[in-house]
Amino acid sequence: MKQEFKQSILDALANPNLSGALGNFSVAYRAGRAKAYEGIDFEALRHEIAAVKSSAASHFDELADQFTKAAEARGTKVFRTNDPQAVKDYILNLAQKNGVKSIVKSKSMATEEIHLNKYLQKAGIDVQETDLGEWIIQLAGQTPSHMVMPAIHMTKEEVAELFSNKVEDGQKPDIPKLVKFARGKLRPMFLNADMGISGANIAVAETGSIVIITNEGNARLVTTLPRIHVAVVGLEKLIEHFKDIAPILTALPKSGTAQLLTSYVTMISGPAPNTDGTPKELHIILMDNRRNEMAHDPRFKQALQCIRCASCLNVCPVFRLIGGHVFGKVYTGGIGTILTAWFGALKESEDIQSLCIQCGNCRDVCPGMIDIPDLILELRRRLAVEQGQPLLQKAIFSVVNNRRMFHTMMRAAYIGQKPFAKDGFIRHLPMFLSNLTETRSLPTIAEVPFRDRIKKIKQPKCTEKAAFYGGCLVDFAYPEMGESVVKVLNKAGIEVIFPEGQTCCGAPARYSGAYEVAAQNGADNIKALLEEDVKYVVSACPTCTVGLKQDFIANLEAVGRTDELPAARRLAEKVIDFSTLASQLVEQGRLKFKPGMEGTKFTYHDSCHFKHTLHAEQNPRKLMKDAGYELVEMEESSMCCGMGGSYTLKMPEISAPILERKLVNIEKAGAPLLLIDCPGCVMQIRGGLDKRGSSIKVEHTVQRIAECLE
Amino acid sequence: MSTVLESSAIFESFKMRAEAVSAQVERVSTKEQALELIVNLLLKEGVEDKPHCGAVWAACPMIGKADAQKLEAAVPGLTFTVTRDLAADAKVGISQPEWALANTGTLVQGADAVDTRLVSTLPLLHIAVVSTAGLLPDLPAVLSRVDPRKSSYIAFITGPSRTADIERVLTIGVHGPERLIIVMVDDLEVAA
Repeated sequence: MKQEFKQSILDALANPNLSGALGNFSVAYRAGRAKAYEGIDFEALRHEIAAVKSSAASHFDELADQFTKAAEARGTKVFRTNDPQAVKDYILNLAQKNGVKSIVKSKSMATEEIHLNKYLQKAGIDVQETDLGEWIIQLAGQTPSHMVMPAIHMTKEEVAELFSNKVEDGQKPDIPKLVKFARGKLRPMFLNADMGISGANIAVAETGSIVIITNEGNARLVTTLPRIHVAVVGLEKLIEHFKDIAPILTALPKSGTAQLLTSYVTMISGPAPNTDGTPKELHIILMDNRRNEMAHDPRFKQALQCIRCASCLNVCPVFRLIGGHVFGKVYTGGIGTILTAWFGALKESEDIQSLCIQCGNCRDVCPGMIDIPDLILELRRRLAVEQGQPLLQKAIFSVVNNRRMFHTMMRAAYIGQKPFAKDGFIRHLPMFLSNLTETRSLPTIAEVPFRDRIKKIKQPKCTEKAAFYGGCLVDFAYPEMGESVVKVLNKAGIEVIFPEGQTCCGAPARYSGAYEVAAQNGADNIKALLEEDVKYVVSACPTCTVGLKQDFIANLEAVGRTDELPAARRLAEKVIDFSTLASQLVEQGRLKFKPGMEGTKFTYHDSCHFKHTLHAEQNPRKLMKDAGYELVEMEESSMCCGMGGSYTLKMPEISAPILERKLVNIEKAGAPLLLIDCPGCVMQIRGGLDKRGSSIKVEHTVQRIAECLE
Repeated sequence: MSTVLESSAIFESFKMRAEAVSAQVERVSTKEQALELIVNLLLKEGVEDKPHCGAVWAACPMIGKADAQKLEAAVPGLTFTVTRDLAADAKVGISQPEWALANTGTLVQGADAVDTRLVSTLPLLHIAVVSTAGLLPDLPAVLSRVDPRKSSYIAFITGPSRTADIERVLTIGVHGPERLIIVMVDDLEVAA
């Protein structure tokens, strides 16, 4: 990671205006978005959008031809190019040919993507952004920090100072007055401009229409007052049918700004008259800039389903801490990382892809149904292929994959950590490891790992058998969680075996882009876990469960080991997480709860893979309710705890404040007990609460269930 | 009878949505009542024949030549001859959108005629007169009625112009009107 990138993260984290504004917004957004979507079937809506956009991406060439024909039949001039430079030249030539001296612009990401303003200004043309936020950052000489709210990082005091310095002295930090001031200053620019440049949110092939969505009304002025209108439209804005505007226009304002509809929607299908009665000179530029190439990439094609609502930014636990400037480019946040890699170059995403903690929040809210975390992993994989793995990382994997060596090292570590361990925690580590224990204490490594402990458990002989997949944390740090699994399943008449050949689930390798390693992990586990005929393969770690159930297949596919897919699928069918299995067993009457726990309060933290990938979050809630417990929901229960596997090691500066916010929400819930279904989250949160001296007890759901059964 | 009830329910929904985005909604039975209401509004707003005090009314189906003359006589400063300069200087703009969407409080107008665009974008107050019969439930309903092959510029208007670009504080009235008054008229034909 480049030093300047790391520094930009630290700078952003140290900016209280930024994190304050974004933090408050993320809370308001969540509530506002939910309200805006009231009475709407979001899943059905986004399936419709994904279908419309995906179908369009399969036919960009045809749709662009159809659009061109329809628009030109009405007198619009259409220019289509793959080359950003050609876009700039076209507009400059047009401006020069028509004696254009000043241009007003409404918001257009496509023009920012190609740095159009700078190019035109260099040629001596005055270019004014007119969207208030864009005007502010233009005056400040900055790039947008958010796709929908470009100046969200600035306070009213900073805006007033900027206006005073750059436009007119004496502006006060009074928001309505600042807005009025902007209106007054920009109005003559609209009236005097020779050319208006806009983007478009949608382009309809069958009618040659473009749809522009704004709140301020600037696009209406940009497209009405100057005699020439140029719209720069990315190819991905194309859809086939006019009626297909409806689902996109239904979702975009709700997902973008939690509005039912923006103040203005403008549909332009041909040159309407100018104010002097002459017909408007209307030019539409269909810009490719690698979008068609993207459409032919089987993995990345889905990114073209983006409608640019920026909801992936608004729900991201990382974005709300650091904002958009760390991303360094025009497009920011999760989708921005992907677009930067394509519209710029893969290498440009090298640093920013590492910001993703893989929590999956964005996947749940994306109206285009884009699996953003998965595409970021794919970027990571391609970067690893292109550049090779770092040596240290290779060395780590070779240890992690060799379970025997990993044991030995873990045990050695356990001995080595003894001077630092107290009551089952490591609170301080020496020197270069110190930031690992700055905000949370780490668990000690158990003296006897679970794989040895299970041999000593006396289990009843049962006809039904389950194989337990431990994963590193249960095996080495929290063997008691494994013992609880055995206890519960035994009570339901299920015998638990621990296949010795099991190894790392491959998540560390996969999340680092090392797919060859991850695929081999999968293959080794498939062999070990299918060796004995069992009914279930149970795990108490959601990340491992997702590995066994989904990622083994994906990893093998990614590296072309297709012969092994049938076995991977056989395994996947047997895999189940603990809480889901336990709730089935309760339903079947095979597990019964002791009476007497009525009214015991607990709060629950939703682990990322458990909620966003396995969608199992209701099962532990239901189990505990059946056991008589009373759930007190915490705020943002489904927001990541900052662990993210090795993220906490790679990005401790970001992980720490994410954890901090989680801890505050846990404490605010006021329950004495916190249950979690993921040992990684237990490690992160238990350690964090310990550091704060909190008395809240943190347990894996399985541990509490084991105590509640008859 | 049922149509009256239906139109009443759909109107209430429209009114609630439009008011939720800071528009003001009035409903009258007849065109005459609508014109009277607007004349009073213009006078109350201080429209007069002075700089920055004018009102511009875009040509629309509900206003015949006789109506226009009568109205211009009743309100000095009001004109149906809309130019760019007059619109830029005017206090109030008046237009007649065709459709209104109940589930978002939106007005929809074919705005090929430039005066329709000028009066609804430049002045600080926009008064929109809409037929109650132009009420539609939602977006798909209007998309099947407007025709982009015939109309080059279709405008959707939902409340006044707004921004939240400084500190996310909602502020009404940026580049477009800062107020929107919608007058629903029961006995008017749909403008389309």
